[in-house]
Amino acid sequence: MTTTDPTLSQTDPADARPSTGAGTGTRATRIIGIATIIAMGWLVAFGLGFSPEDRDQRESVRLLYVHVPTIWIAYLAFIVTAVASAMYFFGKKKSLGWDRLAGASAEIGTAFVAVTLVIGAMWGRLTWGVFWQWDARLTTTALLFVTYIGYLAVRRLDGTHEQRARRSAVIGMLAVLEIPLVHWSVRLWRSLHQEATVLGTDGDVSMDGLMLFSLFVGVLAFSLLYVWLVMHRTRVMAMEDLLDDRDLDDALAARHAEARPVDIGGNEEGTA
Amino acid sequence: MSTLRIARLVAAKDLRIEWNSRVFVNQVLPFAGVTMVIFAFALDADSVLQRVAPGLVWLATLFSMLVLVQRAFAVETADGALDALRVAGVDPRAIYLGKAAALGVQLLVLEAVLLFAAVVLYGQTIPAGGWVLLVTTLISATCGLAAVGTLYGGLAAGFTGRETLLPLLTFPAVAPVLIGATRAVEAALGTAGAVVSDGWPWVGLLAVFAVAFGVGGALAFGPLIDE
Repeated sequence: MTTTDPTLSQTDPADARPSTGAGTGTRATRIIGIATIIAMGWLVAFGLGFSPEDRDQRESVRLLYVHVPTIWIAYLAFIVTAVASAMYFFGKKKSLGWDRLAGASAEIGTAFVAVTLVIGAMWGRLTWGVFWQWDARLTTTALLFVTYIGYLAVRRLDGTHEQRARRSAVIGMLAVLEIPLVHWSVRLWRSLHQEATVLGTDGDVSMDGLMLFSLFVGVLAFSLLYVWLVMHRTRVMAMEDLLDDRDLDDALAARHAEARPVDIGGNEEGTA
Repeated sequence: MSTLRIARLVAAKDLRIEWNSRVFVNQVLPFAGVTMVIFAFALDADSVLQRVAPGLVWLATLFSMLVLVQRAFAVETADGALDALRVAGVDPRAIYLGKAAALGVQLLVLEAVLLFAAVVLYGQTIPAGGWVLLVTTLISATCGLAAVGTLYGGLAAGFTGRETLLPLLTFPAVAPVLIGATRAVEAALGTAGAVVSDGWPWVGLLAVFAVAFGVGGALAFGPLIDE
């Protein structure tokens, strides 16, 4: 258990001890943070202001400037989780930095899927008249959401950092196996049951130039937000891990200090 | 000893434990039965029950499977039996395959009993032409369920909160099995005018699922329990 400490400080000393004292900000995150704020402001301006309303969907089309970017970035986040899990699992060094990247990315991806689902339900109510449709894409997304909630729950199981990393790496990679199977089965399920699929979502609508640009701004804004959040979250996780280890080390040191005058702790120190 | 031979020994051990403790017969089967009865309370109409009977059979199977998986790993972790197997140098793939096989055998018995309950309670009939599809579906769906259940059961074994974690991990993963097996059984039983030939694509899905999770599980099981 105590051997985790050196690996932690070796792999990412900068992550564990940010240069700015308290907090997890660095120059890079501050620049990205400011860029995120600017992009979000831009998105508000284009999404709510400059872009025209849709002929069929009316004002509700503006929801898509959040709905579409969040799910794209969520997919990206889950790919990052899978790759980082594989890097941890198959890598020689077993660096916990990869594990923390996987965890942070999954957390933010899950949050983004939640945003997608909520915004999508609102959009569906306005456009289709119902909050939910048992459409293949919706159903897969819902199961994707639950799958990653399960992944995050696995990360919270008790055990050492290495145990957490190995278990969650396996689940992170299995999810990649699981999601295509779920999607395939749900597609098959719907296509056998319903002749016409529910309203084609956005794909078949030939898009107005300004709308496309607003969507692009949304993707940019949420990409920046994702990067910013992942950087901070990874660092917070590194600090949490360090705190865990340090608590134990401090407790051990205190015990040894107590035991030393009586002079019976000599053997235990050799094994620690 | 070859992996398969060890797997057979592990499976035999699990089934012997079940047989001696009678938990499967005395608790799991009655639980599955009462699930079928309370479904009828919830869906209070003969026509509805007849229509959804195949789905209810698989839902009851999934619920009971959770109990079976908890049980299969409770006996392993209770006295550190799993650690003992690992220390003895037993190939984790063999442990995985053996435990999955034992779980599969129990699931098959359970499914047969639940189908019988559907015939008796929900007025289902099994047409002569549907038997081949029905049996193939049961076997391929059971392989997939056993593969997923054993994998996630091994993952959650020995941790606080495993009772709640297992369904959360398992249900999204087995969603394809629930969909595929339900449609295939509907086709085999001719529920709501389904014809037998509709069922075979679903059996294909079930088989792909079983192979994917069987291979993935056998590879992942070692690192998961090696702690």
